[in-house]
Amino acid sequence: MTQGNGVRPSNLGDTARSEMREIIARYPRPRSALLPMLHLVQAYEGYVTPAGIEMCAEELGLTQAEVSAVATFYTMYKRRPMGEYHVGVCTNTLCAIMGGDAIWAELTEELGIGHDETTDDGRISLEHVECNAACDFAPVVMVNWEFMDDQTPQSAHELVDKLRAGEEVRSTRGPVVCTWREAARVLAGFPDGQANQGRQAGTASLAGLVLAHEKGWQAPEGGTPALEARPGEAAQ
Amino acid sequence: MSTLTPVLSQHWHNTDSFSRAGYERHDGYKGLRAALQREPGDITELVKEAGLRGRGGAGFPTGLKWSFIPADNPNPTYLVVNADESEPGTCKDIPLMLATPHLLIEGAIIASYAIKANHAFIYVRGETLHVVRRLQNAVQEAYDAGYLGRDILSSGFDLDIVVHAGAGAYICGEETALLDSLEGRRGQPRLRPPFPAVAGLYASPTVINNVETIASVPSIVSRGVDWFRSMGTEKSPGFTLYSLSGHVTNPGQYEAPLGITLRELLDIAGGVREGHELKFWTPGGSSTPLLTAEHLDAPLDYEGVAAAGSMLGTKALQIFDETTCVVRAVTRWTEFYKHESCGKCTPCREGFWWLVQILDRLEAGEGTESDLDKLLDLSDNIAGRSFCALADGGVAPITSSLQYFRDEYVAHFDNGGCPFDPAESTLFAQSAGATT
Repeated sequence: MTQGNGVRPSNLGDTARSEMREIIARYPRPRSALLPMLHLVQAYEGYVTPAGIEMCAEELGLTQAEVSAVATFYTMYKRRPMGEYHVGVCTNTLCAIMGGDAIWAELTEELGIGHDETTDDGRISLEHVECNAACDFAPVVMVNWEFMDDQTPQSAHELVDKLRAGEEVRSTRGPVVCTWREAARVLAGFPDGQANQGRQAGTASLAGLVLAHEKGWQAPEGGTPALEARPGEAAQ
Repeated sequence: MSTLTPVLSQHWHNTDSFSRAGYERHDGYKGLRAALQREPGDITELVKEAGLRGRGGAGFPTGLKWSFIPADNPNPTYLVVNADESEPGTCKDIPLMLATPHLLIEGAIIASYAIKANHAFIYVRGETLHVVRRLQNAVQEAYDAGYLGRDILSSGFDLDIVVHAGAGAYICGEETALLDSLEGRRGQPRLRPPFPAVAGLYASPTVINNVETIASVPSIVSRGVDWFRSMGTEKSPGFTLYSLSGHVTNPGQYEAPLGITLRELLDIAGGVREGHELKFWTPGGSSTPLLTAEHLDAPLDYEGVAAAGSMLGTKALQIFDETTCVVRAVTRWTEFYKHESCGKCTPCREGFWWLVQILDRLEAGEGTESDLDKLLDLSDNIAGRSFCALADGGVAPITSSLQYFRDEYVAHFDNGGCPFDPAESTLFAQSAGATT
């Protein structure tokens, strides 16, 4: 990966540059594109490299210091290579108490790495993440920002074993888990055609609705359209 | 006895609920068609009359917020949807966007029409990849159907929506930090005034609303003010998503009229996990002061929770039973606020760092009585002394836990350590039947 002079060759070329310009065109003002552009850098490079910072700065007319200041503020931007599968264990209070701390202990011991570290084979990196908005599925583990709900130390152990062995892993509510770089590309605003994969809702999300169906509970019927279309003006 | 009233979540069980076809099959985009037949000001009036209040935590009246957009400002107006759901315990917007992204899109188009915005942004947290996919796809489907773009449904109204993925920063859920982030900067809160309605995104008039707030708009348009007000209370009308998590038999999303109590919700959700009892809970995420079993009958609306000494917040009901060490819980939340402080204001940046030192010492059984006073003194010097509400919310677990569980802090240093076994609190302890 490294050249003789210690400088890692960049994957960022003309295609990346033109995609950055595509991102910039989505916004009323160019600088708003910076966050998705940094996601795009991670899609090409695996992390936010000096070459990536340089290209963002060139395209937006910013200094490299200005771009670095932004890149270092956000935890999803990494400053060294992450694993092909980045595993986040929620250790915020609720998940921690429900078993997230035990999962974290299990995975750090199994993999021999700590927070924001990567296994020697480059397959897995670990991060203890903050609340990921899936508390009703606690304890929660993320793989490349896909939900792996209702985990135990054992299930999480099996999960990373599969990932290391190159076996297919499916998110509990989403598609087959893609690579770290592929995920970053979607975050940059380039869809991967997987939106229709996975469930529309997990079991906990449906807990209230299923019970309402059983009990015959519903919101009041009817209601009067507050803004009925005027006669003869119906839009389509 | 209150019952559930699914409106936002009504179609979540349909396996294609996230597609345009699945959404339109259940009257999707009918509210938009009706709205485009009326003057924009009529929509704002309607939302005002309905009494819809912001579902992101603060509870500010939505129609009033829209009406603050100045008519004579020469700059473009923007709508920004705050989909950066990250308040600990909060997990309602993510399932809503996963199951029915078009409900949010329809609401965003109606809201944009009402405030005369031709550009809207959905700022969604980046750590939820599949939600980003569903939103991207829904926006594309809406363009394909003519619900977005130029001359929407021949109304003459133009709107573009951009799905913008954040990059991991709790503070970007704060509306002015979100705007800085959306402008491509570090997400740091701004001093107010000026408020975003006057000088928001690109210093232009901007409305920022939570996902659930915007998603509540289409049904108000299609079913009316009286229908909306037939649920909830006089000052907190309507339905809302309550999220139950933690030591509860059936965790999940429960959509009910505002004003339901935790006792009622727990009954509906099968109670606290078997063989255990409620110790403490948060009404609306970790930034709202803890409550206990004595508050089970407080109405979960903006006024009722305030009267109980806390805040409704995001209606994130995190339930903890008697196996949970409150010092451990509070320490972890405080570590979170330390990590997420943006660093702009000294009391918050330095204060949480010191609070964590003291709490770590206490949890390890090495604290003293004077540490407890120090916690309160520090908290008093952090809350209200920073630009944004992170500081106020961050000390809430500390001050409220000392109010209700001071003896438990003392027990830590009396015992020379934590008297609890963390294994007993876990989900898998329950399934092993080890604790009952």
